[in-house]
Amino acid sequence: MSPTEAPVEPAVSLRDVSMAFGGKTVLESVSLDIAPGSVVALLGANGAGKSTLIKILSGVHTDHGGEVTVNGSPAALQSPLAARQLGIQTVHQRIGEGIVPGLTVAENLVFEELAQARGNPFLNGRRVLARAREIQSALDLGWSDALLKRDVTELGISDRQLLILARALATRPRLLILDEPTSALSAAEAERLFALVEKMRDDGIAVLYVSHRLGEIDALADRLVVLRDGRLTEDQIKPFDWDSALRAMLAQAQEATTARPQRAGEQGAQGSQGEILLSLRGVRLLEGRTPQDLDLRAGEVTGVVGLLGAGKTELARGLFGAEPFTTGAVELGGKAYEPRRPADAIRAGVHLVPEDRHADALVPGWSLAQNISLPFLKSLSTAGLVNRSKEDALGRETIEALGVVARDEHSTVEELSGGNQQKVVVGRWLAERPRVLILDEPFRGVDIGARRDIGRRARALAAEGAAVLVLSADVDEVLEVADRVVVLAAGEIHLDAYGEDAERDRVIQTISASV
Amino acid sequence: MTTTQSAAPAKTATPSTLAAAGPRIQNAVIKYGFIFVTVTLFTYFALSEPSFRDSATLLDTLRYVSVAAILGLGVTLTMAVGGMDMSVGAVAGLGVTVAAKTMVTYNQVGVVAIIAVIVAGALAGLLNALLIVVLKIPDMLATLGTMFVIQGTKLILVDGQSITPGMTQSDGTTAPGRFTEGFLRIDRGTILGIPVSVVIFGALTVVAWVFLARTRWGRVLYAIGANPEASRLAGIRVGAYRALAYVLSGVLASIGGLILAARIGQGDVSAGTSQLLEAVAVALVGTSVLGRGRPNVWGTALGAVLIGIITTGLTIKGLPYYTQDVVEGAVLILALIFSFTLSKRRTA
Repeated sequence: MSPTEAPVEPAVSLRDVSMAFGGKTVLESVSLDIAPGSVVALLGANGAGKSTLIKILSGVHTDHGGEVTVNGSPAALQSPLAARQLGIQTVHQRIGEGIVPGLTVAENLVFEELAQARGNPFLNGRRVLARAREIQSALDLGWSDALLKRDVTELGISDRQLLILARALATRPRLLILDEPTSALSAAEAERLFALVEKMRDDGIAVLYVSHRLGEIDALADRLVVLRDGRLTEDQIKPFDWDSALRAMLAQAQEATTARPQRAGEQGAQGSQGEILLSLRGVRLLEGRTPQDLDLRAGEVTGVVGLLGAGKTELARGLFGAEPFTTGAVELGGKAYEPRRPADAIRAGVHLVPEDRHADALVPGWSLAQNISLPFLKSLSTAGLVNRSKEDALGRETIEALGVVARDEHSTVEELSGGNQQKVVVGRWLAERPRVLILDEPFRGVDIGARRDIGRRARALAAEGAAVLVLSADVDEVLEVADRVVVLAAGEIHLDAYGEDAERDRVIQTISASV
Repeated sequence: MTTTQSAAPAKTATPSTLAAAGPRIQNAVIKYGFIFVTVTLFTYFALSEPSFRDSATLLDTLRYVSVAAILGLGVTLTMAVGGMDMSVGAVAGLGVTVAAKTMVTYNQVGVVAIIAVIVAGALAGLLNALLIVVLKIPDMLATLGTMFVIQGTKLILVDGQSITPGMTQSDGTTAPGRFTEGFLRIDRGTILGIPVSVVIFGALTVVAWVFLARTRWGRVLYAIGANPEASRLAGIRVGAYRALAYVLSGVLASIGGLILAARIGQGDVSAGTSQLLEAVAVALVGTSVLGRGRPNVWGTALGAVLIGIITTGLTIKGLPYYTQDVVEGAVLILALIFSFTLSKRRTA
C-alpha cells in the first residue's frame, strides 16, 4: 500500500479497524487514510465488508476493534449523531429513507437543522426558505423559490438524490460517504451528481465513494481501494489499472484457484454436445439495451459472470416467471415457454435458487424439512393431508445429499450457518428433479466447503441431463463450476466461451473492456 | 495488530442479564405460563366456590364462549396469512339479522335460514378478499371499513328495527313467521347432554386444527404469513390463498352468528358488535399459548376457555358484570406480554 502517505493531514483515518459478528470476521485490520479534497472509491463484491465499514464510520456499529481518527485526534463514533457532529455525513443508497414526505423541498433541505433538539421549536417559513436559498445558491443547484416551496414528493428521483446530498453538504462535512449514489439515476441525471461531487472535492471535502459502476469511478475518483473478504487488497491512484482492480475484487487468491477440483473435463473450444434445452431469442434484460439471444444445453453448467446491475437477476427472474420478460421468446425443449408466475415455471421443471435466501426462499421459524417441502407439498400429500413421514424422509435425503450440517431434519433454519442454509435452499429445488436449475449468486456468504458441496450437486444434476445456469459476480466461483462462461455487462452478452477460451484473464479483460 | 484481532471476536452480542440468569426458567414461563395461569385460576375458583364445580356451570361457560371462540378461529386463519379480520363481529351480527329475516319475514324453515346466513358470511369474506388482495388495502383498515358497511347493510335490511316474531312490519301486516324450534336448538338443544353450540365449537376447533396444522393448504397459509415473497417464489398463488382465508373467516363468523341468533331468538340489530373484541382477544391470547408466538387453533380455543373461566369465576365471586371488560382487557394484555415482550427477549 504505497500511495497512502499524504502530504496533508488526512481528514479521516482508520487504523487496524476490525469487526466480527458472532465470531465471523467481516473486517480484518483495515487501515486507510482519506485525504481532504480527494475522492476515494471503495470497491468490493457483495459481502466484502463495504457496508460494515460504512456503518462504522457513520456511527452505527460501535463495537469494532482498532481506531478511527478525525483530523488527527481519536474519534468516538458512538452514534450516528456523534459521527455527524464530527463531520462525517453518509448518504445511503435508499433515497426514500432521507426524504420526509409532506414537507416542502425547503423544509427537507434544512431538515437536519430543524430536527436539532436545541433549535427553535417553532417553524418559521420565511427563515426556512432563506436558509434553503443559501444552500441552493452555495451549491449551484439552480432551484427556484417556487420549487423550494413545493412538496418534496413532487420532485423526481434525481432531484431527490441531489436534495439529500445538498442537505448533507449544508453541514460542511469533513468526510462525505456516498453509498451507491447513482444506482437509481440515468446517465444524464448522474452527470449532475458528478458535478456536485467535483465541487465538493474542490471545496476540500473528503469523499468516500462506493459504487459498482466502474465507469463513474474512472471518471470521478482520485484513488481506489478494493475490499475483499474484509481486507483491503488493492490501493491505486489515478490512472487506474482496471484489470488488476477487478482481479482483486472478483477473483480469488491465486493459490486457491490453481487446483480446480470439480471443473468438468476441459471440453475444448466448441465442445458443446448436449441438445439445446432452453433457448432465448430477442430477450431484453435491461431497459434501453439490445435484446439478447442465449441457448442453454442439456448436460451443461453455464456460468454467467457480471457485476451488480449487469442483468443477471433479471435473467434469472424472467426465466422463472417471477418478473416475466417483456420482449422476445423463450423455448423449453422445443416448445414455447412463457411463465407468467413462478408456479408455471415450477410445473415446467424450471427451478430458481434466488439471490437472497432470507428474503426470497426461507420461511423463518420452520424446520429444515418444512422449508424443503414447501414447493412440492402437493406430491407429499394424500387428500390434502401432508404426509409427515414422507416429508421428513425428503428432509433427511437432502441433508444426506448435500452434506447439510444440522442436528436433524427438524432443526429450524435459524439454527444453521449461512452455508448450510444455502444448501437447504439448493436442496429444496433438487427435491423434485428440475430440467433447468437456475442458481442466482448461490455462493454468497457461503464457506468454501459448502461451496464445493453445492457445486458438486449442480454438476451431478447436469450430468443427469439437466441444464444448469449459475449467475455470479465472482469469476472464480463461476470458473470452478461451469463448463461454459458467459460474460454479461449492462444487459448484453460480451463473451460466450468454453473451456480454455474461458480463462479467468480473458473473462476479467472482457468485463474491464465493457466498463 | 494482534491486540485488535484478539479483541474483535470477543465483542459479540452480550446476552441480556435476564436470559443469562435462567434461560430455561424463562423458556418454561413463555411456553407454559398461560396454561399455568388457566389451571391455577380454575383450581382456585373450583376450591373456593362450590357452584363453580357444577358441571352445568362449566357447560354454560363453554356455551357462553362458543361464539367468540368460533369467530376467533376465523381471526386465527386470517392471522395465519399475516392479516387480520376486524369484521367478524359485524358478520356474525349480519347472520343474526339474515336468520331472522329469512324465518320471520319470509316464513322459511330453519335450513333455509342456515344456508342464507352462511352464504352471507362467505360474501362478506369475498368482499374483504377483494379489498385486501385485489385492491391492496391494508387488512386492518379494509376489514374495519367492511365492518361499518356490513353493520349498516344489516340496519337497512331491517329498516333499523329488530325483527321479532309477530311484529308489525312497515307495510302494516304482521310478520308471518317465527324462529323454528329446530333452529333454536342450535343453541338451546343438547347432544348427549352437551349443548349443541358447544358441540359445534368443539367440532369446528378440530376441523380448523386439521386444516391449519395438518393439510398442505394450512401449511401454505402459514408460509404466506411468515414470508410472502418466498411463498410466491415457491410457486404458491399467494393472492388466492389469502382470499381463501378471508372467505373461511366470513363463513366461520356466520356460523357464530347462527348460534347467536338461536340464543337471542330474535333479530336483534345490535347483536354481534361486542363479539369482535372478544374474538380478536381470543385469537391473540391463542398466539401466546405454548409459546409458539404464532396464531394456532388450540391456542385460540384454549384462550376462549380461559376467558370464559375468568368471567364465570369472577361473576360467581360477585364481581359486577360491568367490570368484565376491564378483566378481559387485562387478560389480553397479559397474553400479549407473554407472546411479544418475553419471547422477543428470548431471541435477542
